[in-house]
Amino acid sequence: MFKSIQMEERVLKSIIHVFLISGAITMLAPFIWMILTSFKTKKEALDSSIIFPAQWIFGNYTTAWNSAPFFQYFLNTIFVALVCTIMQLITSSLAAYAFSHMNFFGKEWMFGILMGTMMVPQQVLLVPNYFILKQLGWLNTFLALIVPWSAGFFGIFLLRQFFLTLPKDLWDAARIDGCSRFKFFYKILIPLSTAPLMTIAIFTFVGNWNSFLWPLFVTNDQKFYTLQVGLSNFSQSEGTEWHLLMAASTFCVLPLIIMFFMAQKQFIQGIAHTGSKE
Amino acid sequence: MNKKSFFKKYEWSAWAYLLPALAIIVTFHMLPILYSLVISVHSGGMTDYFKKDVGLSNYSYIITNKHFWYAMWNTVYYVVGSVPIQIFLSLFIAILLNQKIKNLEMYRVIYFLPVITSINAISIVWKYMYQKTGIVNSVLGFLTGMPGPDWLMDTFWAMPAIIIMSVWKGLGYNVIIFLAGLQNVPPSLYDAAKIDGAGRWKTFWNVTWPLISPTTFFVMIMSTISSFQVFAQVYMMTGGGPQESTTVIIYYLYQLAYVEHKMGKASALAFILFIIIFGITYIQKRVTANRVHYN
Repeated sequence: MFKSIQMEERVLKSIIHVFLISGAITMLAPFIWMILTSFKTKKEALDSSIIFPAQWIFGNYTTAWNSAPFFQYFLNTIFVALVCTIMQLITSSLAAYAFSHMNFFGKEWMFGILMGTMMVPQQVLLVPNYFILKQLGWLNTFLALIVPWSAGFFGIFLLRQFFLTLPKDLWDAARIDGCSRFKFFYKILIPLSTAPLMTIAIFTFVGNWNSFLWPLFVTNDQKFYTLQVGLSNFSQSEGTEWHLLMAASTFCVLPLIIMFFMAQKQFIQGIAHTGSKE
Repeated sequence: MNKKSFFKKYEWSAWAYLLPALAIIVTFHMLPILYSLVISVHSGGMTDYFKKDVGLSNYSYIITNKHFWYAMWNTVYYVVGSVPIQIFLSLFIAILLNQKIKNLEMYRVIYFLPVITSINAISIVWKYMYQKTGIVNSVLGFLTGMPGPDWLMDTFWAMPAIIIMSVWKGLGYNVIIFLAGLQNVPPSLYDAAKIDGAGRWKTFWNVTWPLISPTTFFVMIMSTISSFQVFAQVYMMTGGGPQESTTVIIYYLYQLAYVEHKMGKASALAFILFIIIFGITYIQKRVTANRVHYN
């Protein structure tokens, strides 16, 4: 009896592993195919029975890199994503501090309204914001890419929840020692909040790096193209030069993949956290 | 309440802390909602836009337009085709990963990889794989011995192709969320079920399923909302074709606004989409309200 249960356990574990491994292969296969193709000749890329290139052509990467101003696209994207992330951290932590530690007129009411902005799909904002940016003269500038996404309710909410879990005596003790509101914020609150700040930073950075519809709408000058808009333009102009397209796709996804491997714990915990909060 | 206590009661410096976030959110996330209502009842060129008040005619234009209904149908097809598969597969994988498996970290990373990579790059890769002589058809031919379709050029297969690719892309996100939900189920409940002699299947339906229902609900609403907003894969892989078979709502909106410069009509469409998403969220909430167990 005991033996048969053990046997059953072992068989079950093997079945689970078979499922998980075939799933993992399905997840990885497109990446592997992308990388393999990026080293092939144009002719090899058109014949899917050829798995490995006869000769590994590293030159595809330089050809792809030089066929469009990818360096400019990268710079733009890194700049926009970094500035947005820093701004988002500042605006959300300041607002979350007010919502968690201060008593002000219309607090609950305002929190509710801000929460409502999360319900609105981004696409509804597209056309009106186009006009607003146009009136501000910001179309085709970095301001259009950065400012509208420098604050958001998600970050405020996440940080407020975290600030509320910190002991109340913290502020009372600091106040007795003559600590000002602002000093308490940057000397005590911020250093204690690295985990939620990291989550917001990752979400904002990745969201900005991968955002597409917005930059497509508010820029039509190559000088301000982000990587995603640049890549989509490149794909339209190259058509079926698959070996070059795969090389470009590879260097466009690589930075985030490296970042993900370095900070995978924060990524995964951040996402797991948002799911269990609602 | 006298004036003095009103001023004493509140900390007025709070507004200084709120100001940066509020200024941005009000200008770019809240006012635009009202502004888009104004735009949707006007019509005109890009420079003298607000000269002509056209009432609700933009809305009736959208609702009586056959392209809108194509787009609506295609979007519903996409949502109904992708959300249930997505939920089933991600819950299944999360349950497998929750069985005290070796290499859990590695699997989590692999399943999550497509989530962080940009949809544009991934769309190019899948477009390449979906070619008539591409790797997808090679593998299918190897497994079934039958020639595969020309996925993205075929009005019947283009949408399933986009659905398959999107499920692949989004799966890992929901796996992580389900896994977190499963790990919150107290182990003592499983032990209790075991003592009562409940099998795996019974334990799942009577213990796991009710306890993770808030997570399932969250995943269901979030994937429905985001599926209604599908855009980049359509833009990159099919351009809405062939013969509008993959023109989804946001792609139609993009065409109206960006290509045809019909901003009023695009705004009306955006509002209709907003109402649809709001309605679906509300209905899902009502329908599932008494089946979701919060503890």
